[in-house]
Order: sequence, then structure tokens, then C-alpha cells
Amino acid sequence: MNQASVSPQAVQADPGWWSRHQIAIVPWLFLTPAMIMFGLYVIAPIFESIALSFYDWDGLGVAKYIGLDNYRELMTDEDFHLALKNNVIWFFGFLLAIPMGLGLALLLNQEVFGIRLAKSLFFFPFVISQVVIGLVFSWFYDPTNGLLLHVMAFFGLDPIAILSDPDLVTYGIVVAGLYPQTAYCMILYLTGLNNLRPDLIEAARLEGAKGWTMLFKIVLPQLRPATFIAVVVTIVGSLRSFDMISIMTQGGPYGQSRVLAYYMYEKALSEYGYRMGYGTAIATVLFLLMLVYIALVLYRVYQQEQEAD
Amino acid sequence: MFPTPLHLTSRPTRWLYRAGLPLALLAWLLPIIAVAFTSVRGLGDLSAGNYWGLPSEWRIIENYSSVFQNTPLATYILNSFLVTIPTVIGSLTLACMAGFALGVYRFKLNLFVFFLFVGGNFVPFQILMVPVRDLNLRLGLYDTITGLALFHIAFQSGFCTFFMRNFIRELPRELIEAARVEGATEFQIFFKIVLPLVRPAVAALSVLVFTFIWNDYFWATVLIQGNHAMPVTGGLKSLNGMWVAQWHLVSAGSIVAAMPPVLIFFLMQKHFIAGLTFGATKG
Repeated sequence: MNQASVSPQAVQADPGWWSRHQIAIVPWLFLTPAMIMFGLYVIAPIFESIALSFYDWDGLGVAKYIGLDNYRELMTDEDFHLALKNNVIWFFGFLLAIPMGLGLALLLNQEVFGIRLAKSLFFFPFVISQVVIGLVFSWFYDPTNGLLLHVMAFFGLDPIAILSDPDLVTYGIVVAGLYPQTAYCMILYLTGLNNLRPDLIEAARLEGAKGWTMLFKIVLPQLRPATFIAVVVTIVGSLRSFDMISIMTQGGPYGQSRVLAYYMYEKALSEYGYRMGYGTAIATVLFLLMLVYIALVLYRVYQQEQEAD
Repeated sequence: MFPTPLHLTSRPTRWLYRAGLPLALLAWLLPIIAVAFTSVRGLGDLSAGNYWGLPSEWRIIENYSSVFQNTPLATYILNSFLVTIPTVIGSLTLACMAGFALGVYRFKLNLFVFFLFVGGNFVPFQILMVPVRDLNLRLGLYDTITGLALFHIAFQSGFCTFFMRNFIRELPRELIEAARVEGATEFQIFFKIVLPLVRPAVAALSVLVFTFIWNDYFWATVLIQGNHAMPVTGGLKSLNGMWVAQWHLVSAGSIVAAMPPVLIFFLMQKHFIAGLTFGATKG
């Protein structure tokens, strides 16, 4: 026992104190390191950013309080509006990963020779860095020798340089982003499909349900936990889109493919001078948008807690 | 099982499936196959515009040794390991402790603290960017591997605590109660009872955190400037800028950069998928 090693006097002086209180103190001892780190690098910066969004600051000199001026400027900033609009495209475009992932999972939920390897290989794009995926897709779209160009020429279409077309560029990047995201949704659904209740499926099959009816009435309701996670990670992913844009276009042409996450980075740390205050105002808007989903997730977790108790 | 198992379907369907699967796989992996092929091409292929067909010559050794000799790729890779491995160890240590506290004990602020970790895990990186960069500057850790790793440890401890706490909650409580009755201290309960039981969660989280951090690009660009501390994701980006026309070398670099997470995924696939799909099967 541990107590044996404690000096006898200490035990005598206060025999029951530690054993009476350890259950109340120990959890905080165990929590403290993580709370300090998480508080310092995650929780506090959220509030610092929000506070900073009311200042004009170049990152070096003295920050000057300017009230709501940054937000007023956002209202009339065309680039900000465009970034917001692109976020909407990302949001809806990215959601396609969910049905596509489900489709792939249904396709792969079979038992044939080599299917395990096939599943792993289909999942591959998620494991690889988005930097690499972004690079490949920029070659894919390359206007002089990209594969897309050859395919379009094969069908007798005029080639389009997607990444330099202001109207198409965001869609082009979203497609690249969908590639790993679909793989992620697929793996979620494969796990869900593995855990379907065979009795329900068989019962429905005896009643003559098959195909789409079976999918919508019997299978999808059982896949709801997988769908919930797929929706959450996909929405969070769409609002976090940064890597692909930075790799493929750096926000171009002429800032047409910027989203809030990228625009913020550019404003705060651009080569033309740091505008930390304005950057954090953009980040605050992004944060408030995300807060809707964070609240949704926390509510769901809260419900699960109530059920568990 | 849904969809209908293949052996219950008609013969043409079965053949169609067996033939279609490899083709679908080939089409799906085309982007990755293209990088792999390009990484062994010679300049002839590139100037002739052969990016998507079979390579006309296989310059495996030349290209890969050239990318290591002529670029800081080896440094980038080393930096990635130096950031990733301490992050895995650090965030898991913090999460085992915090997850134990939140999973085993009932106290007033338990759910509130838990929600901080869960919620913080979903915030957009940009809301943290300026203060975190500033914090590292003030600590003298900007542009250092330590500074980048410290941030990753802190941020990943959110997700890991979330995961670990839920995992610990599923453990049979009787084990802990019984140990207490026998006079075990709370520390003994942590080290002797809980830690051995959370090994599967530790395995799952290690591979996930490794992959996430290895592939991190945003924080590498925000917190690191020079090649001396740049991880491989940021490094690849600057290689790509350096040689617009040297795609074979950029490809070789990409393949090398992708290797560690790919290997870990294949070696520890079960844990990787268990971690990623945690919660996907129950409401």
C-alpha cells in the first residue's frame, strides 16, 4: 500500500483527511494539466480574438481601440461578401460527400475476395495530406496538359482552365475537397452498415421491402448515428477549408476563390501589411457561424448524457 | 445484411460486380496513381505532356535521390516527426488524465469542463490564429518546433479527452468500486486499473493524432517561417513554388511525405477505423 511509505507521524497527525477528501481533490489534480494547456492555447485565444476585433493593430505597435469600425468595414467589403458567398458554395457542395460516401459504402458492403483491401484503398485519400491532394488536382485541372483537358477534348468540348476561371474556381476546389471527405463519410457508413440489426432487415425483406424502400425506411433510420457524425465533420470541414485553397489557387484568380478562413489569414498576415484587428473580426464572424454547429453538437452530447444517466 | 449479399444475386450481377470493382477502384485512385507515376518520370515525359499515361522511363532512384539531395526534404520529414511524436505523447498523456477525471468522478462542474473540451475542439482555427501566434512570439517559441508542438498538444488534448472520457465511462464501474473497497488509492485506481484498460483507446487515438498532425498544414504556415523547423506539408508547398515545371520531383516529395501516415494506416488499420468511427454505431 502507498500509505505505508508515508511517514507515520503525518498519518497520525491527520489520519482521515486525505482519504476523506481525495475523491473531491483527485479529479482536479488530474484535470489541471489539460485545462491549463487547453485554456492557454484554445479557450483564452477565442476571447482574445473577439476582443482584438475591436482594435486596429498591425501586430507590432500599440493596438488602437476603434469600436465597431472593423465590423462596419466588413459590411461594405466586397471581398468579404465574396468570401462569404464562397463559404456557402463550400457548405452545400461539401454536403454531397455524405450521399456519395453512403453510395460507396453500399457498393463496398459485400463479401467478395479482396474486399477488405478494396475498402482500405477507397479510404486512402483521407489518410494522405490535403496538400498532396491539392497538388494532384491542380495538375488535373492544368490548362496545358491536365487530364480534364484531354477528357474534354475527347468529347469534343472546348477546354476550360477551371482554376483561372472566376466563376468556376471555387467549384473546382470543392471537388478536390470532396475527394477525401467522401472517403471519410464512406468509412463512417461502412461501420454503420456493419452494425445493422439483421432481424429488422430480414423481417422487412420477408414483408417484401427491397431497394430504395428498404434503404429509406429500414436502413437509413438505423444509420442515424453515422449520419449525424458525417454531417458534423462535413460541416466543420467545409468551414475549415483552407489547405486546398492555399495550395491550389492562393485565393485567386483575383481573390475569387477565397473563403472566410483564407481571407482572414490573408488580411492578418498578408505581405502588404498585417491587419490583425480586421483579421480577427473576420475570424469572429466565422466563429459565430460555427457556434451554431458547436451548439448543435453539445446539445446532442447533452441529450446522450441524460439518456445514459 | 444490406444491400443484398452478392451470393444471393443473379450470376450477371455477380460478374458485373467482380469486374466493376477493380475498375471503380482504379478510377477512384487515379489521382494518387498519377502522382506515383509522375514521381518516376523523366523530363522527356513531362515536356511531351505525358502526365497521365504510363511513364516512358522509370527513373525511381534518380528522382528520389535527387529530391533528397537538392531540397531540404529530409529536414522537413525530420521536423514532421519532431512535431508529431511529442504531440501524440503529450496530448494522450493529458487526455488520459483528464478523461479519467471526467469519466470516473461525479462533481459539479464535470459536464461544464467536458463541454469546454468538446466545444473547443470544433472552433475554426482562424479564431485562435492571431493570439496563438502572438503567444508563441512572446514565449520566444515562434518559428520553433517546440512552439508548434505545444500548440498541437493543447488543441489535440480536446478531442482526445472527449474520446477518452467516453471510453472510460463505458468501463465497468464495479472494477473501480471494488478496488476502492479494497482500500486502493485513487492514484492506484488510475495506474493499475484504468490505464491498462484504455489501451485500445490509446492505440486508436495515437494513430489518429499522428495522421492529423503529420498532415497539418495551416498551423505549420502560421507558426513556422524557416526551413529549419518547417514540417513536410509546408515544405512541399514551397517545393511546389520553387519548381513549377519539375513536377516529377514535387511528386517524389509528395510520395515520401505521404508514406508515414499511409504505413501507419495499413499497419494499424483496425485501431485507426475504430477511432475514426467512434460513436458511429450508437445513438
